[in-house]
Amino acid sequence: MSNARQDEPVDIRFDGALGVGPDVEARLLVTKDGFSPRYDLDRWTGKISREGHDLEGETIGGSILAIDRAKGGVAAGWAMDELAARGLAPKAMVFAHTNPVFVQGCALAGIAIMEVFSLDEIGRIPSGSICRVSPCGGWLRVVSKT
Amino acid sequence: MLMMSLEDYKREWVDNAESEVASRLLNAQVEVAEFYGASGMVPVSGSHLMGDMEVLGASGRKLIGDCHASGLRVTVPTTTNAHCVDYRHADDLRQDPELVSSQASLQTVLRGLGILLTDTCTNYQTVYQPRFGEHISWGDTGAVIYANSVLGARSNFESGPAALAAGFTGYTPSYGFHLDAARLGTHVFRVTAPMDDLADWGALGSIVGSSVPGYWNVPVFDIPEVDVAPDALKHLGASLASFGSHAMFHVIRATPEASDLESATGGADLPVTVLDQETIDDVYRHSRAGQDLTDVDVVAFTAPQLSLFEIRQLLALLDGRRVAEGTTLIVTTAPSVRAELERQGLLQQLQDSGAMVLGGVCLYLMALGHMAKAMGWRSIVTNSAKLSNIIGGYRLEAVLVRTQDAVEAAVRGRLNDE
Repeated sequence: MSNARQDEPVDIRFDGALGVGPDVEARLLVTKDGFSPRYDLDRWTGKISREGHDLEGETIGGSILAIDRAKGGVAAGWAMDELAARGLAPKAMVFAHTNPVFVQGCALAGIAIMEVFSLDEIGRIPSGSICRVSPCGGWLRVVSKT
Repeated sequence: MLMMSLEDYKREWVDNAESEVASRLLNAQVEVAEFYGASGMVPVSGSHLMGDMEVLGASGRKLIGDCHASGLRVTVPTTTNAHCVDYRHADDLRQDPELVSSQASLQTVLRGLGILLTDTCTNYQTVYQPRFGEHISWGDTGAVIYANSVLGARSNFESGPAALAAGFTGYTPSYGFHLDAARLGTHVFRVTAPMDDLADWGALGSIVGSSVPGYWNVPVFDIPEVDVAPDALKHLGASLASFGSHAMFHVIRATPEASDLESATGGADLPVTVLDQETIDDVYRHSRAGQDLTDVDVVAFTAPQLSLFEIRQLLALLDGRRVAEGTTLIVTTAPSVRAELERQGLLQQLQDSGAMVLGGVCLYLMALGHMAKAMGWRSIVTNSAKLSNIIGGYRLEAVLVRTQDAVEAAVRGRLNDE
């Protein structure tokens, strides 16, 4: 559920966004290279391992991970829960385009997830900024920019 | 069984969950239904579960153990996907003994849940062929896209916990590809290439999947000069799912919901993109670019598991020759196909060539990073576009080539110069 008051300022409202999970505040990481925990992530360290990925080397744990598109595969269904159990999962995942696997995986793991259909606005926020995102309210607020 | 409203499902199943683990699984299922605005739950005839120790980890293993301990059992036929260990070859491939033993233990528990250990990602070829319109809950993206597209069955991507929940209750959220609206074509591609190699179909999937990615996009292919074989559709689907996260495609005059363009698209007037041989060849050129393949470590035929006919073709291409010293040739297939190969005398022929024939696994599921390090592998040559897509996450070099070229690479220990 969203806990923003009606008059509380938000920086981005996502019309028609789909979302489940709690409101979350964390540092923002944005990728336009897609994401899959099998294709792109070293699941033992929680770091993006795919060579050339725009988040290569970044640790995704504890972040709001904004992703242009979910990549194929069903691994995320189990992998997100395993990452969460080891403290390596993002606090929230914001997709321009997700797929049911990530929704299933985040639902099991208790990770907030939102589908917003475009990363254009989020992409303008400097990576590493602290943001607050509300999957159920469909909004994002920048708390402090890097 | 009939459709059940979400409210009725919550009352009957979720509110009455008798264990914490059941409650957790079913609440997650309901959250997915609510995310996608599903009005209800559709009964499914079966479920196909992806879940092995390489991806489950300790938390998933505990969840499955808790399911068993709490008395949960599947109520619809539930089968398993390819997994991470062929016990016959675990030592040969220097797999982590901990992974091997934990996978064996997991499989015992899965069996205890009433699940059939079919261990295949090609269950649509080897285990069960759902009929047109049949609702299922399958958990391999290649299997889902094949079932939806080639068989006309209906499933979304149902990852491990979702497939498990559906196996227990016999219901899955009714949204997406269970409904007519999602199944109409959204992008049209006319293919003029001859498409005479399975790798060409994977390459086609990589082009289209990358150009129009998105779960809700449904590519339509018009391939007028080509007689399309099921194994070709298998490679196309696996590649589309991998590169584009697609769950459905149409091939006009070849797949059941595409007798013509109008049927496939619902009459929508969509632009047509033409894809020719040059476009397919570009995929191979791009894959080879910058790769030093003087020595080929592994040639892999996998992802998806090979059919009996694919393996027979490999044997024909090997033509009695042996795999080069220092090169490993790996073929993965369903356990049932491996057994048939043995019955036909073909398994021995393959093994005599030096090939390693693995049953029940797919290479990329086998803790590939660990295996590659232990085996000293740096490079993999394959005719699987899906495998070539996945490999990057394990920081291995992968080159996609045609089937004949992959076989030659195995025999020569290096790739032919172009």
